[in-house]
Amino acid sequence: MAHAELQIDIHHVTRVEGHGNIVIDVHDGVLEQCNLEIVEAPRFFEAMLRGQPYTQASLISSRICGICAVTHATASLRAVESALAITPSRQTVLLRKLALMGEMLDSHILHIYMLALPDLLGANSVIQLAKDAPEAVGRALRMKKLAGDICAAIAGRHTHPVAMTVGGFTHIPNAETLRELQERLAASRLDVDATVELFRGLTLPEFERESEYMALTQPDEYDFYHGKIGSTDDGQWPVERYREVTNEYLHTHSSAKHCRNQRQSYMVGSLARFNLNHATLHPRAKAAASVLHLVPKCTNPYMNVTAQLVEVVHCTEQAISIIKELLDSGLTPEPPVPPSRLSGDGVGACEAPRGTLYHHYNIRDGLLREANCVIPTGQNLANIEADMRLLVPRLLERPKDEITMALESLVRAYDPCISCATHFLDVRYV
Amino acid sequence: MMSQKNGAARPKIAFFEFTSCEGCQLSVVDILQDHPELLETVEIVQFREAMSAGTDDYQIAFIEGSFTRSSDEARIKKIRAQAQMVVALGACAHIGGINAIRNARPSSDERSYVYGDFAKLYEPFPAHPMSAVIPIDAYIPGCPIDRQEFVRVVKALLMNRKPDIPDYPVCVECKLKENNCRYQYGATCLGPVTRAGCGALCPTFNQSCIGCRGLIPNPNIAWLKVVMSENGLSEEEITAKFSLFLNEQVAESEVAGHGTR
Repeated sequence: MAHAELQIDIHHVTRVEGHGNIVIDVHDGVLEQCNLEIVEAPRFFEAMLRGQPYTQASLISSRICGICAVTHATASLRAVESALAITPSRQTVLLRKLALMGEMLDSHILHIYMLALPDLLGANSVIQLAKDAPEAVGRALRMKKLAGDICAAIAGRHTHPVAMTVGGFTHIPNAETLRELQERLAASRLDVDATVELFRGLTLPEFERESEYMALTQPDEYDFYHGKIGSTDDGQWPVERYREVTNEYLHTHSSAKHCRNQRQSYMVGSLARFNLNHATLHPRAKAAASVLHLVPKCTNPYMNVTAQLVEVVHCTEQAISIIKELLDSGLTPEPPVPPSRLSGDGVGACEAPRGTLYHHYNIRDGLLREANCVIPTGQNLANIEADMRLLVPRLLERPKDEITMALESLVRAYDPCISCATHFLDVRYV
Repeated sequence: MMSQKNGAARPKIAFFEFTSCEGCQLSVVDILQDHPELLETVEIVQFREAMSAGTDDYQIAFIEGSFTRSSDEARIKKIRAQAQMVVALGACAHIGGINAIRNARPSSDERSYVYGDFAKLYEPFPAHPMSAVIPIDAYIPGCPIDRQEFVRVVKALLMNRKPDIPDYPVCVECKLKENNCRYQYGATCLGPVTRAGCGALCPTFNQSCIGCRGLIPNPNIAWLKVVMSENGLSEEEITAKFSLFLNEQVAESEVAGHGTR
């Protein structure tokens, strides 16, 4: 029998980054409340960035997030460089792209194996999984270590990058280090293929809700560093016009801002990138998508983890080819490009593991006068709630713990990064 | 300190986070990949980021993050009441971390900057280390923590020993790495007053030390400021350098009168 009355309050959803609660209230069979509450303490990074010398901005903003520190540093550096009219060298761009690949692999593998897989195999954590499926966990650790080593070779460490600076790098990896990474990446194809094989045998929940899917896009490359803002609902925008697309607004139940573009909500992240940019995926990634029955435009948010896996295939191949290009052209020690002015306004955008990340700075006489950051998880919050509103009434026939599990899995599928997204406050405690 | 007799159950360990990026806990996840022996020695009973269904029965608590809102106080004190030993994990818990940048500014300004009209709903509060709320038994410095140091500290604690955290400056390790001094390049660096233990990672990658591991005992901050100013930094630039991680500690150190000219 369907629940006429149902109250769910999942306090601090586990296996996600940061603190969020799911609150569901069904009364007389009607869904009255359906919120993903963001209860993370406010972080105030935008305010902390104000008044800082431009040289310190990326050091501060990488500390927004322990998982996507390299992407925050990259978006921050690109915002400063755009404001101060700095054009970094081709080598710098390639090294940054390679660091982003390392971070994408690290974050996706963490999510696929350690956060999402336990749900799919009925385990409570990766620690239990290590007992039940030691081979899979061993593989995950190998892949994750390689990803972290890529970031460390380029940036000094993954969390928080050291060598990334305005105009370039303070340290250039040597050819031998890159060659070794290239070999390990080539060897990791076995692990990547085994992961695809593992997921081929798993069944994800069936749930469809069409939404707007947004990501940076380019005609000829599935890239995380460059691009215009694209939408599956049509339209392209230069990143400088990000505010027209993100339309941030506040909700009292969330210390993170919400976003909407052409519908009531939109989705960013792996599934959005796949839906928009699948044509430019590496052939091996396209083959993996087809094996995993991931077909654009996919409207099942649970399949975000599948899209992450397809990106793991793509990033492995991209990283190999970027290293090849770096080695072919020869690594040159080069000082960072100095600014050509000390005042200006600039937006830096790139694709973080969880979606498009924007940093926008206004700099005057070398100091940040204004700072605005729009975070992927913030952009996804309205979409997650819209999914929950459609999903909950369909689940009311099921026992409460199954409903709870389905909702937690849905939130985890988005791989939310809550400490990143948190701008605002928790009204519950006020 | 912990005691573990032969045949006794493995010590139960829990991880908690307050205002932070959770990067130190992610570092722990990476560390455990390389140190399976640690996983065999202890039992992890709470690690929200990595596992569901924790228990509140634990002896050692690792706390990441700073204390930034009064509503967290009860939860922090509850952890202290349960745990025999509390370890501050990383710069946020140890010295307030990057969050304490805002301590030097009027907070009403920040609230309205980030929230606009909603600012009044937010409780104004500076960022503090965990030691501002509860007594801390040990700490692991850094933003993020140093992986080798984490292993050393945990092993020491499990063996009932006081963890050995260096009390000499980053310069010592920087010399051992045979780096040229950042000041010789005309750069300025907080290495002379910052606690070592990171292997001078930043100077080794040609970046100046930003002080994330906190101050050494009796730092001569006043003279370092003179040297920085001789190297061309304005007073505002010097303040900005110290403000990344050292706002809380510099204030304490100045009150104590360390390092007078």
